[in-house]
Amino acid sequence: MQTQPPPPDLAHPSVGTDLVPQTHSRPGRNPGMPLDLDWVAAVQANTSAIERRCASLPGRRSVKKDWQAAWLCKAVSLIDLTTLSGDDTPGRVRRLCAKARQPVRPDLLQALGMQGLTVGAVCVYHEMIEPALRALEGAGIPVAAVSTGFPAGLSPWATRIAEIRASVAAGAAEIDIVISRRHVLTGNWQALYDEMAEMRAACGAAHVKAILATGELGSLRNVARASLVCMMAGADFIKTSTGKEAVNATLPVSLTMVRAIRAYQDRTGFRVGYKPAGGISKAKDALVYLSLMKDELGHPWLQPDLFRFGASSLLGDIERQLEHHVTGQYSAANRHPMG
Amino acid sequence: MTIRDIFDRMDYGPAPESAAEALAWIAGHQGRFGHWIDGRFTAPGATFATRNPATGADLAQVTQGTAGDVDAAVAAAKRAQGRWARMPGHERARILYALARLVQKNVRLLAVLETLDSGKPVRESRDIDVPLVARHFYYHAGLAQLFEQEFPGLAPVGVGGAVIPWNFPLLMLAWKVAPALAAGCTLVLKPAEWTPLTALLFAELSRQAGLPRGVLNVVTGDGATGAAVVAHPDVAKVAFTGSTEVGRAIRAATAGTGKALTLELGGKSPFVVFDDADLDSAVEGLVDAIWFNQGQVCCAGSRLLVQEGVADRVHAKVRARMDGLRLGDPLDKCIDMGAMADPVQRDRVAALVAGEPGGDRHVAACPLPAQGCYYPPTLIAGLSPASPLMQDEIFGPVLVSTTFRTPAEAVELANNTRYGLAASVWTENLNLALDVAPRLRAGVVWVNGTNMFDAAAGFGGMRESGFGREGGREGLLAWLRPDRPAGKPPKPAPTPAAPAEPLVEGIDRTAKLYIGGRQVRPDGGYCRPVWSPRGALLGHVPLGNRKDIRNAVEAAVAAQRGWARQTAHGRAQVLYYLAENLAARGDDLARGLAAMTGRDGTAEVQAAVRRLFTWAAWADKLEGATKPVPMRGIALAIPEPVGVIGAIAPDEAPLLGAVSILGPALAFGNACVIVPSQATPLVAAELYPLLDTSDVPGGTVNFVTGEAAELARALAGHMEVDALWCFGAAPLSGMIEAGSVTNLKRTWVNHGRARDWWGPDGEGPEFRRAATEIKTIWIPWGE
Repeated sequence: MQTQPPPPDLAHPSVGTDLVPQTHSRPGRNPGMPLDLDWVAAVQANTSAIERRCASLPGRRSVKKDWQAAWLCKAVSLIDLTTLSGDDTPGRVRRLCAKARQPVRPDLLQALGMQGLTVGAVCVYHEMIEPALRALEGAGIPVAAVSTGFPAGLSPWATRIAEIRASVAAGAAEIDIVISRRHVLTGNWQALYDEMAEMRAACGAAHVKAILATGELGSLRNVARASLVCMMAGADFIKTSTGKEAVNATLPVSLTMVRAIRAYQDRTGFRVGYKPAGGISKAKDALVYLSLMKDELGHPWLQPDLFRFGASSLLGDIERQLEHHVTGQYSAANRHPMG
Repeated sequence: MTIRDIFDRMDYGPAPESAAEALAWIAGHQGRFGHWIDGRFTAPGATFATRNPATGADLAQVTQGTAGDVDAAVAAAKRAQGRWARMPGHERARILYALARLVQKNVRLLAVLETLDSGKPVRESRDIDVPLVARHFYYHAGLAQLFEQEFPGLAPVGVGGAVIPWNFPLLMLAWKVAPALAAGCTLVLKPAEWTPLTALLFAELSRQAGLPRGVLNVVTGDGATGAAVVAHPDVAKVAFTGSTEVGRAIRAATAGTGKALTLELGGKSPFVVFDDADLDSAVEGLVDAIWFNQGQVCCAGSRLLVQEGVADRVHAKVRARMDGLRLGDPLDKCIDMGAMADPVQRDRVAALVAGEPGGDRHVAACPLPAQGCYYPPTLIAGLSPASPLMQDEIFGPVLVSTTFRTPAEAVELANNTRYGLAASVWTENLNLALDVAPRLRAGVVWVNGTNMFDAAAGFGGMRESGFGREGGREGLLAWLRPDRPAGKPPKPAPTPAAPAEPLVEGIDRTAKLYIGGRQVRPDGGYCRPVWSPRGALLGHVPLGNRKDIRNAVEAAVAAQRGWARQTAHGRAQVLYYLAENLAARGDDLARGLAAMTGRDGTAEVQAAVRRLFTWAAWADKLEGATKPVPMRGIALAIPEPVGVIGAIAPDEAPLLGAVSILGPALAFGNACVIVPSQATPLVAAELYPLLDTSDVPGGTVNFVTGEAAELARALAGHMEVDALWCFGAAPLSGMIEAGSVTNLKRTWVNHGRARDWWGPDGEGPEFRRAATEIKTIWIPWGE
């Protein structure tokens, strides 16, 4: 995780969009809190109302021209550029890392005045940490590793914890763990809490993103409850999906999770990050997600320490849109170097 | 500002929608408009400016409609009406379908013009208003198509006059034009003075749909023009949406004219949040409730009622959400709120808010544009119902709030208002939601939602929010009348005068009033003798006065709630039992009727028994409807009792008439106060013991004998009487309609025309509709 002080967002508060009273916020990593089952039980998430809010959001928030270009650059800076395939090789990962260093063609970045733009992180399986680290040396781009028997999370418990330790030892700055969906589906919040807390401890200084696999949790209410429990157990980020479920990141799931993040901050003062993953492939979608974060959580959640896109194909669409912004002509995929 | 600066700040920036095409349309008319009469624009007359409230700039000059203009428009509508009504339903459907398509094809132009003229965000006019307009025409194309099949025995009322407001100019046009045209009516529409442009554009477009000349006419102007439309003798039906104040004036102006009338007026709609609600979603609901269209929405959820235990959290969330709202140029696609429709309106809101020093006030921290007609989102929490701001419609982006402790108290607070347009209920408990929704006095109730509209679902108010429904089949009925010749004036039944030589036989009979299930003496202490045609003294009938009416209404109000809570089966049983007892005493009653009227009463008794059977049968068969609205969930159209019904019974069938009134009233859960036949008042007294022995709860039926005009006047003005029916021979209709303005009660008067009480007209669907009001309950679902 990029280590940076709490973002200096108060220096220029964006107009009236910081929903959370900033006086409540406390710096530093979320240390977690004792499991509060009353709070978990009281959580509500009205699916229809959440869907209505999500349906109206794209129509309410629209960014154009220079603003759109800047927002798309912001989206690039928040991407966890990801490869999670069985056929990943060091060569494939090196190519991806080169793209992470130079996600947009230099001439376009120069025209935009955005030289030096990189993605937020590179996300790989454990075996690919080492080639990724070498390829990213000196770039200041952290390497994230998925862990704990990704994507199903059903390996032996000791194996899962050992996997975290191994990835941290290999140099991963961020660990994306998967939770045991069965604990959510059976309402065993204590087990989920204990699991998450132990995983967090195993991460040590590495930041931990808790993948809820929301497409398998059955209801938004479960998503909200699982989000809260993982935050109580010390998650630095909560993340929607592995990318392998039938349904991955959606706006309703995201709204549910960011509301949980807001509630957690209201209660504890700690900021927890959010990472939607899977299914965000269009520049336009990325803009909607950014406006969701800005409107629901405020400016701090537009920085890489609190927000990431888990995506592999999103970057390509953003590149085309940025070239369109620079040239005024619609672009083609083959004009942009692949990762 | 460089891209890197924006990258750091992540501001939204401007996202302007172009006004070019809309301005070009205005320029194409040289910026000056006449009226749209008989399929063409008239030459502009004396004009006034319509302005863009976001900038204050003049958009166009429109013509101030004169009485002559209104005459011309009504004449054109009248000429066109017969042919339009005689067209097969399919022909009207074809044209309505084309109108729907035209609206869709011109969505951008209509939306931008609407926003220019009204100040509403172009997002709303584009994503909400115009799509709802198109949907309304589609739906009504369907009703026209099915007209012959689905509305037999009904005919269009004729030429309609529609007066619409400035908050949803085009949508309100659609709500009037689509059903009127589907029904076979033609129309003269008077758009609001501040927002006439989209009506003119729509009228011009309508020619491309093949709408025959004269079917739709648009006359622009101010309130005086609207008044001329309302008053025009050839306008058979007035449909008004606007303020309760103007609605009252229209009720008074049309009183006694025989014009049909629907009023969709103001509101102070409660937004009830229980402690188990999804509070974040409820707060977002408030954005759609009170910060939609700058709060200039008749059904705005403007009164937040929140359960005490979560009130602080909810208010904190509301304040935070308000601060995130973006106000600005209505043509900017990245704003939540635009400009108020006119400086007059903004100043009115400001004055109302300034007049309340109390409460915990939060004004949204969002910046206002330097110029233009803007008002910031405002929350005033901690008010009590006694504050005028909790009672009066503000019609701006101002939310007021108070707390409650229990569901019962929530209902009580929600209903503590003169209005009854809409309500929202937020809870995750289905039992609670479905218990509370029917107890809210409002024409529309949204569960875990707000401001949902659809052409298939009826919309309209209770109490002083007006009467009549728009949308759905129930909405079309407002443009139809029974297809039968008007009745003849009723023959006043002779009231036999005192004979020179009174014939007094038997034991004295002392009739009383029947109030609250007891026979009581009249307050005034007067009575009059009733003579038979052959000069026999039949008895004395008490002369009730307004205090007796007061007592009877009080008893009815007390009884009505419990009666409505009875099961439909239970109410049916009581009516059957009443019929049984009536039949058992049939011979006595027939003899009594014969003595009173000089006619054989047997047939009337038998007809009365049959009628009670009819209403007993109906009690558990008024089923309402489920509306296929475009959402995951359902909208229920539930017929609810009107409440307390006053009625002036007819002379032509004293027993059958009284039974024909109390039957539908009781069947659907109402209580009633009936003024019996003037000529034959003693027939009521025959019913008292029957009501007592038939388990009719005391107070659900009350009889007050006396002078009809005096009693009708008292009933018309009484604010706890929800509806007043008049079938009497005396010319009371105008007085009743005029008197009803106090609480805008629903009136159903005969305008001096007799009804055939013996046939189907004595028990037709009109009775069912008059005894009930449709409440639409929206229930979205999904886990």
